[in-house]
Amino acid sequence: MKAVGVVIAIALALALQTTLARFLVGGTVALDLVLVVVVYVALTSGPVTGMLAGSLAGIIQDALSSGVIGIGGLAKSIVGFLAGAIGQQFIVTAALPRMVMFLGATAAHAAVFMGLYVLLGLRSFPAPWAAILSQALGNAAVGMVAFAIIESVPGMVDRRRVRRRL
Amino acid sequence: MALLDIRQRTGYLFMAVIIGHIILISAQVNTDRGVPVLEAVTFGAFAEVQRGASTLIGGVRTSWDDYLALQSVRSDNEQLRREVAQLQVALQQQRALAQQSRTLVDLLQLREQVQLETVAAAVIAGSASPDFRTLTIDKGSADGLRPDMAVIAPAGVVGRIITPSARAAKVQLLIDRNAAAGAIVERSRAQGVVEGTGGDLRLNYVSGTADVRSGDVVITSGIDGIYPKGFVVGQIESVERGAGEFGTVVIRPAVDFSSIEAVLVVVSPVLSGVEEPVAIDEGAATEPATQARE
Repeated sequence: MKAVGVVIAIALALALQTTLARFLVGGTVALDLVLVVVVYVALTSGPVTGMLAGSLAGIIQDALSSGVIGIGGLAKSIVGFLAGAIGQQFIVTAALPRMVMFLGATAAHAAVFMGLYVLLGLRSFPAPWAAILSQALGNAAVGMVAFAIIESVPGMVDRRRVRRRL
Repeated sequence: MALLDIRQRTGYLFMAVIIGHIILISAQVNTDRGVPVLEAVTFGAFAEVQRGASTLIGGVRTSWDDYLALQSVRSDNEQLRREVAQLQVALQQQRALAQQSRTLVDLLQLREQVQLETVAAAVIAGSASPDFRTLTIDKGSADGLRPDMAVIAPAGVVGRIITPSARAAKVQLLIDRNAAAGAIVERSRAQGVVEGTGGDLRLNYVSGTADVRSGDVVITSGIDGIYPKGFVVGQIESVERGAGEFGTVVIRPAVDFSSIEAVLVVVSPVLSGVEEPVAIDEGAATEPATQARE
């Protein structure tokens, strides 16, 4: 059941990502919604699930893009695994740690992703720091919002039930 | 971190996923030579495996060939020795055939040169007694051979037919003690009689005043009615002037009687012989004759 939910979440993130890209100038967006989903899954479900989710999401993302299939998958697998591992070792339920997690995950993902491309001589990324930083901030923001929304959903349902009983 | 410990299931899974992605990437990325990295790495790694396997197999094979397989070397060696011996025999036979061919060629040339009616014959036997210098040829009266027919060889005069049978004939060599032939010194035209001594020849009945020198070529004169005129008998080896009318002239035969294999028997009348000295061999007999003519 959890796997189905993860797949649906990845699919929604991809759909949203591609939809947003159509409406932005230049076709780029300073957000990686798929990465946000992966980090979220990793923090909530552990390293293995995070890794598998990152692998699946990254490969699909690579397949939909014109890049080398596997580089995004490898980057997201590592990020998902590390995020899940850190989430198990440390308490990351507060807002700040979560933000740090999203920032760090984005940076790690960029490092692996861009590093592999540069290492293989396939692409160059001149002055990527601003883009990485903006994406990290955007991902963190989206992730924080996502956590807040999702975590508030069960409380809202419970409160509605109580009100109806009263 | 415990999660990264490869000994745990999570660690294995993590490594498997990473390796899977690397393989996936490698299949799409080309090297500088244009070959996909996966293919290059796989081939390179497998090539090393092949090299190792080849080295291992080579070592085993070398050990087998150099040590274990040597058990059959002894028998192989024996067999090879036998084969070498057989080949040496065959080689000698081939050499003999080649020599025989050369002899026959010389004989054919002689036959064409002398313009006499001749019958070619092969020597099939030597003399039965050391006191008689004869040999047996494979042609006889059935081939038209008669007694006192001259027998010649490319190098010079051999002898005469003394006993023809139907299919063979005995030839008295010129060096036999009972053999003789009319001869002249080619250079000075001094006449005499060549007689055998059992080993070499003597030119007898030469005038004491005749111009005879060592190295002169002696040819048949044809006056004996047996040997055609002009065939090389030999070369004067030494001349000893005696007190009497005749001296002693030793002749070294032109023909090597110990190695003669084929001959020509002159069946036509001897008077139709040749004027020039005849010797096909490029030995000493012909060369002095040329010098003498000069």
